[in-house]
Amino acid sequence: MNPIIIIGAGLAAWTTVREFRKLDTTTPILMITADSGDFYAKPTLSNAFAQKKSPEQLVVTPAAKMVETQGVTLLAHTQVLSFDPYVKTLTTNQGSHDFSALVMATGAAPIRVPVLGDAADQILSVNSLQDFAIFHKALNNDASRRNISLNSYENESRKSPKVLIMGAGLIGCEFANDLINAGYAVSVVDPSTRPLAALLPELASEQLRASLAQLGVDWHFGTTVQAVNCAIEADASSTLQARLANGEVLAADVVLSAVGLRADTRLALAAGLACERGIKVDAALQTSAPHVYALGDAAQYASAGNVTLPYVMPIMNAARALAVTLTGKRTEVVFPIMPVAVKTPALPLLIASPNIGTPGGWHEAEPSLWQHVGEEGRLQGFILAGAQTSRRAEQVKALQAA
Amino acid sequence: MKTYICIVCGFVYDEAAGRPEDGIAAGTAWSDVPDSWACPDCGVAKADFEVVEI
Repeated sequence: MNPIIIIGAGLAAWTTVREFRKLDTTTPILMITADSGDFYAKPTLSNAFAQKKSPEQLVVTPAAKMVETQGVTLLAHTQVLSFDPYVKTLTTNQGSHDFSALVMATGAAPIRVPVLGDAADQILSVNSLQDFAIFHKALNNDASRRNISLNSYENESRKSPKVLIMGAGLIGCEFANDLINAGYAVSVVDPSTRPLAALLPELASEQLRASLAQLGVDWHFGTTVQAVNCAIEADASSTLQARLANGEVLAADVVLSAVGLRADTRLALAAGLACERGIKVDAALQTSAPHVYALGDAAQYASAGNVTLPYVMPIMNAARALAVTLTGKRTEVVFPIMPVAVKTPALPLLIASPNIGTPGGWHEAEPSLWQHVGEEGRLQGFILAGAQTSRRAEQVKALQAA
Repeated sequence: MKTYICIVCGFVYDEAAGRPEDGIAAGTAWSDVPDSWACPDCGVAKADFEVVEI
């Protein structure tokens, strides 16, 4: 019997395996991943510094242990080159494999905007444990090269390593909070006028901006990073210099780009599958080809109104439905209300937004509780900030009833 | 009383505190939390929580 092949070994892939193995312990599964296959939780990448966790400590379960407990075959550090959904065969840089069903859990890749300068190639992005290890090393190298202990930087605060973050979205804000809590100096540059502009009404953004500013985050809104160059002055306190579109120059030791994610649709497109912002899947997570499924950051879900949902909770729901479908019983995913938690300890947020373009608007129902209300007064979403986040269950219930 | 952690997002279930907002009273032992309960922050199934050693 040909195996079920899963491309990827991130949260979407491993959760699908886990859920499938609860229902079927014998069907062979072959996982193919470009990375090591170690199981880790991606949300922990953006709160690891304050907890002083090394990349190794973020691994929840090593790949070898996952392979053993889940009964799968894992091809790590292997590139899938192409597949044919009709002949049901797949080619990697190591050989070819036939499949009975294919699951694309290929994730998303960070969007990179063009930046000039002789150090533009030193700009980092963090979207995997591997990326995080590079980022972690860059910050630690910088500290040790200049012989700085993060605990003694109070004496010479101008020397605490500086991180410049491009993008004030969810990942940019989470990293800004984590790094400032860990003792780094943090600047954030974003072309919009406020943090999380795509997700929050103005007053909520303002609270987040103020909470992080109070910790020392240096915001630069309404501008972009034009160039990143190596600092040339011998007495420069930092190794890099970023020139902004508004003419300002910021010193930095590490530049992190967090301007957004784009679903990885390369393999799907090459195989002729329908893709838009992600790989298009129907309510049962099937792509435009039979026996080929997609979920996670790579997928564009019909069940969610044809949007991508690059968050953890949709993965859990999708993986549970897909596991049943893979046993031969077509099962549609029904997404519940899935508030997105923004892990900014300075001001934790829970956001349950209607899809973009839904008529209506946000209004502040109570301090730190915003509700999205439609034309007929119907509740369509909510945002909770700070201590109000404990009211999650109550607000979800109200939204369900609406 | 023990605490259990969500392996994906780090949410902690504390038996002493329970989860009143989900209808789980303070003092509810992990074994008595319904199997249908999932992590309120990320949706991980109860079965995928791990006990925290203190």
